[in-house]
Amino acid sequence: MRTVFKTSYDADINMFQHGYQFGWYALLLIIALVLPFYLGSFWLGEMTSLLIWSIACMGLMILVGQTGQASLGHAAFLAIGAYANVLLQQRLGLPFLISFPLAGVIAGICGALIALPMARLHGIYLAIGTLAVTILVDDFIVIAAPLTNGVQGLFAPAIEIFGLTIDRYRTPMHFYYLALAVTLLVVFFYRNLLRSPLGRAFAAIRDSEISAQAMGVNIARTKAISFGISAGITGLGGALLGHYAGIFNNETFNIIISIQLLLAIVIGGLGSIHGAFFGAAVIAMLPQSIAIARDNLNWLSGSRAFSVPGMETAMFGLILVVFMLFEPRGIYGRWLKIRTYFELFPFYRKDMFRRQKSYLKTERMR
Amino acid sequence: MDVLQLLVSGLANGCVYGLIAMGFVLIYKATEGVNFAQGDFMMLGAFICVGLTNPQFMGLPFWVSVPVTIAAMGMFGYALDLVVIRRMFGQSQIALVILTIALGFVLRFIAGAIWGHEPISLASPIAGRDVRFGGLVLGLDEVFVIFVTILLTVVLWLYFNRTKLGVAMQASSQNQLAAYYMGIPVKRVHSLIWALSGMTAAVAGILFASKGSIDPSVGLLGIKAFAAAVIGGFGSLPGALLGGIIIGVIEPFAGRYMPSGYAQIMPYLLLFLILVFRPHGILAQVHAKKV
Repeated sequence: MRTVFKTSYDADINMFQHGYQFGWYALLLIIALVLPFYLGSFWLGEMTSLLIWSIACMGLMILVGQTGQASLGHAAFLAIGAYANVLLQQRLGLPFLISFPLAGVIAGICGALIALPMARLHGIYLAIGTLAVTILVDDFIVIAAPLTNGVQGLFAPAIEIFGLTIDRYRTPMHFYYLALAVTLLVVFFYRNLLRSPLGRAFAAIRDSEISAQAMGVNIARTKAISFGISAGITGLGGALLGHYAGIFNNETFNIIISIQLLLAIVIGGLGSIHGAFFGAAVIAMLPQSIAIARDNLNWLSGSRAFSVPGMETAMFGLILVVFMLFEPRGIYGRWLKIRTYFELFPFYRKDMFRRQKSYLKTERMR
Repeated sequence: MDVLQLLVSGLANGCVYGLIAMGFVLIYKATEGVNFAQGDFMMLGAFICVGLTNPQFMGLPFWVSVPVTIAAMGMFGYALDLVVIRRMFGQSQIALVILTIALGFVLRFIAGAIWGHEPISLASPIAGRDVRFGGLVLGLDEVFVIFVTILLTVVLWLYFNRTKLGVAMQASSQNQLAAYYMGIPVKRVHSLIWALSGMTAAVAGILFASKGSIDPSVGLLGIKAFAAAVIGGFGSLPGALLGGIIIGVIEPFAGRYMPSGYAQIMPYLLLFLILVFRPHGILAQVHAKKV
C-alpha cells in the first residue's frame, strides 16, 4: 500500500495525488492520442461517440454526482446545445470556433434560468420538474418549426477550423481529435472545479443542505450555478453530438435519452469523473456489443432465436437492475473495491465499503 | 352537446390517468418511494387480461379473467417487492426511481416478447356499446370507467383512513423507525402496498384496454399520470384523481380549440406551473409538525 505523506496544505487539493497517478493518466492520454492510427473507421467512430457521450455524462455528473440534484431533463440541454450551435452557424454565419462555445453558454444560461424557480424543489420533485422540461423542449422544437425546421430536422454542416475540414465521415480522424480536445478541456475544468471553493460548496449541498446552509453556502444560488455549469457542459456535448449525427430533429433528444444519461452515470459510478467515462462507455458500446453478441449467438445456434426486437433496452434495464441491487456505487465503485483489496492485500475486510443503513422519514411533515 | 361529449371522454381518459396516478400515490404514501414503472404495471395488467380473455389467446369469459388478472397483478407486486425492491430498503428515493425506470424497460420487453408489438384491444363486453341520456350519446365503456374509478377512490380512501392496516401503512411512511417501535412489520407492509398498487394498476389496465388498444409502449402513459399525481398533490388519493381528471379534460379541449402541437404540451406546462407556484400540488399533503 502506498502512503502519501502530506507535507503541505496543497497536498489535499493537488491535481494528482502522487507521481504514479500522473504517470498512469499520461499513459492513458498517449494511448488516446495514438489510437486513431490503429483503429478502423468503424471503431474510430465508436470511440468518438464514447468521447461525446462522456462530455454529456460529465455535465450531468456535476449536477447529480457532485451537487446531489437529480435531473431527468438533460436531453433538453443536449438539444439546446445542438440546435444553438447549428443555428448560429446557419443563420448568423458564425464559424464553429465561436458558435460552439456560444452554444454551451446558451445551454448554460437556459439551465440556470430553469433552475431558479426549481431551486426550492428537491429530491423527487426536482426530477419531475426536469422531466417536464425535457418533454416541453421536445414539443417546442416541433412548434417552432420556422426556426428549428420541426420534425424534418436540421443538417449539421462540416466544421472548418483554420482551413481544416472536420467531418464525421470524410475525415473521422479529425473529428476524433476534436472530440478528444473538448473532452480534455472539460475534464480539466471539472477537476479544477472540484478543487475550488465552489466545488466544495456543491459537495456540501449534496451531503447535507442544512449543514451547508449553516456553513454559509447560499443554497439557491449554488444550485442554480451547478445547474448552469452542468447544462453548459451538456450543451457542448449536444453540439458535438449534432455534428456527429449529421442530421437531427426533436426525436434525437427525447425523454429516453434523458433517462439513459441518468442511468449511465449511475452504472458508471456517481460522484467521479471516472464514473462519467464508464457510463458513457456503457451507453455508446452496449447496443453495438449486444448486436454483435446476438449475431454470433444466432450464427452459432444456426437460428434466429436471439433476434427479439427491443432486446437492447431490455438488456440495458436488466444490467441496471443488477447494478442497483448489487453494486450501487457503479463500475468505478467496484474498481475501487478491487484496488483496495490488492493494496491492502491480506487485510481487506468485507464491510469496508458498507453503507450505513438509514430509515426514511416522510418529507410531507415539516 | 359537443362540449359535453368532449367533457365525458376527457373525464373517462382522466379517470384512467387518475387510476395510474393512484398507484404512484399508494406506494409513495406508504413507502416514500416512487414507482416509475407504474405505467408499465398498467400495461402488464392490461396484457394479462387480454391474454386471458381474447379469443386468439386463452378465450376465458371476461368476468372470470378480470378477477384472475387483478389477483395475478397483486401477486406480481408482492413478489417484486419481496425479491427486488426490498433490497433497496433504506436507500435514497432516487435510487428507487432509477431501479423502477430500469424495471419498466424490462417489463416492456417481456410484454413485447409474449404478446407482440401490434396494438391489441380487449374483447370486453362493455366496449362499443352506447348509453343514451336524453339526446346525449355516451360510450358504455366511458361511463363504466368513470363509475369504477370513483368507487375505487372511495374504497381506497376509506381503507387508508379507517382500517388498521391502512393507518399502519401511513405510519410506516411517516417514520419507519418509529413504526418499527410500534410493532408494525414495515417490510411486510411495504410488500402489501406494492401488491395493492399492482391491483390498482390491473384495474387501470383493464379499463384502458377496453376503451382503446394497447401495445407494450403504452406504459409511457405513466409519465402523464405522474404529472397528474403531482398536480393533484403527491400523497393524496383524491388529489391523484383530481389531477388525472384535470389533465384528461384539458387534453381534448386543447386539441379542439388550440393550434396543433399545443395539446400534448398542456399537461406538462400545467405541471411546470404547478411546480413553480404551488410545489406540493392542489391538495397539498405537507403539514407543519405539531410539537
